[in-house]
Amino acid sequence: MLRHAARRLVSRAAVAPTARRALATAEVPAAAAEDSTFVEAWKKVAPNIEPPSTPMSLMQPRPPTPATIPTKLTVNFVLPYKSEIANKEVDMVIVPATTGQMGVLPGHVATIAELKPGVLSVHEGNDVTKYFVSSGFAFVHANSIADIVAVEAVPVDQIDPALVQKGLSEFTAKLGSASTDLEKAEAQIGVDVHSALNAALTG
Amino acid sequence: MAMAALRREGRRLLLSPTVPIPSPAAAAARSSVVSPPEMAPLGARFVSTQIVRNRMKTVKNIQKITKAMKMVAASKLRAVQTRTENSRGLWQPFTALLGDAPSVDVKKNVIVTITSDKGLCGGINSTSVKVSRALHKLTSGPEKESTYVVLGEKGKVQLVRDSKKSIEMTITELQKNPINYTQIAVLADDILKNVEYDALRVIFNKFQSVISFKPTVATILSPEVAEKESEAGGKMGDLDSYEIEGGETKAEILQNLSEFQFSCVLYNGALENACSELGARMSAMDSSSRNAGDMLDRLTLTYNRTRQASITTELIEIISGASALEG
Repeated sequence: MLRHAARRLVSRAAVAPTARRALATAEVPAAAAEDSTFVEAWKKVAPNIEPPSTPMSLMQPRPPTPATIPTKLTVNFVLPYKSEIANKEVDMVIVPATTGQMGVLPGHVATIAELKPGVLSVHEGNDVTKYFVSSGFAFVHANSIADIVAVEAVPVDQIDPALVQKGLSEFTAKLGSASTDLEKAEAQIGVDVHSALNAALTG
Repeated sequence: MAMAALRREGRRLLLSPTVPIPSPAAAAARSSVVSPPEMAPLGARFVSTQIVRNRMKTVKNIQKITKAMKMVAASKLRAVQTRTENSRGLWQPFTALLGDAPSVDVKKNVIVTITSDKGLCGGINSTSVKVSRALHKLTSGPEKESTYVVLGEKGKVQLVRDSKKSIEMTITELQKNPINYTQIAVLADDILKNVEYDALRVIFNKFQSVISFKPTVATILSPEVAEKESEAGGKMGDLDSYEIEGGETKAEILQNLSEFQFSCVLYNGALENACSELGARMSAMDSSSRNAGDMLDRLTLTYNRTRQASITTELIEIISGASALEG
């Protein structure tokens, strides 16, 4: 009992200053911290267990949409095993959306785009970094932040052209000999990826 | 392997005081472990120190094993920790886009509890299970149903006890091979195929440091619910302001999006939990090696005292015998 009392005291002490700060400065994002309805409901069912944290409280709040269009685009490019680009300001990115290559500049309209295998290029001044991405999603937010999530990506200069040619001919042969729908679909994906790789190398 | 050895040692420790030994001397020696050594019964000249010696050996072996387990956990932790930290960026775009709605009120809730396969890792599994139970209570009610999908042997064992009926599926041996995205994506696909859901709630222990972890709930909504929520303008980001490229319909894109989100969250969750597990095991094994060390010190002291007392007694006997002869 006393243990809980102490914890409650601590939690109250921890909450109080943030609340005061929220009053003092108006520039605190509304959605930050935790979901209060969830915490209240949680306290009702499990008063002895601390409410678990949620992803929202674990991530940095995003800035609000500025009134004027910024000159740079903030890019996050993440892979399962790595954050390839984190919060970097660049001039432009071109993403391989399923509807075609899509150039994203600062102030781009908010978009959700599904990606197909293709080349993602990041333009930063005169430097252009090219990646080959397998698939994924790109989110462009109204506040000139672009998030790109891909399953796999490699810089284009690390791809071996000979292996691409070999893979392409292998999968084309497989597509010809495929009998079931599953085999056909698998071979089709292989052909698509390899021809995209081929195009990325030659183009 | 190490765990089996530890169990064996533990059993020996449990058994050793109760092994029936007929001679009264041995019976006295048995009590010597627990009571002061002066309590030697009538007829026995000295307390036997054999049992203490045996126990010292056992404790030493246990200490060796726990130390080894600590080392193994520490070396594994280093690799997993970097992978976990690298995977943390993966779910953030989704939360930034879709927001997070732990308080969403839907009909079919699926609680995905991530636990470990092996024990001896402090309280991480019971924390996961406790949080899952509370969340189950929170989300179930009239006209609502809430089911579990359990990852990991330990969580399964604990949840089967009281909520066997609501467990939809269990998956074990997640960590046989190092966790990779492909494996988790297949697993996520398997879960999505086999359960019907309006909201998936993934519970895992987020790794903070070797000694601390934080139970975390990530909520993933089904495409229909996500659309409804964003129209209602709740906690979700307003999806309507986003233009949608690719795919035939918005629903199709949303479906792909929520499935991809689930696999990403599950991947990060599994890694975080594996990392917390290793950290917790490391600190648990550290404290048990320390305990074994303390116990060994105490036993050594008792052993040496008893030995010294018997030597002293013998000396006194010899000296007094000699002086009796002289006088």
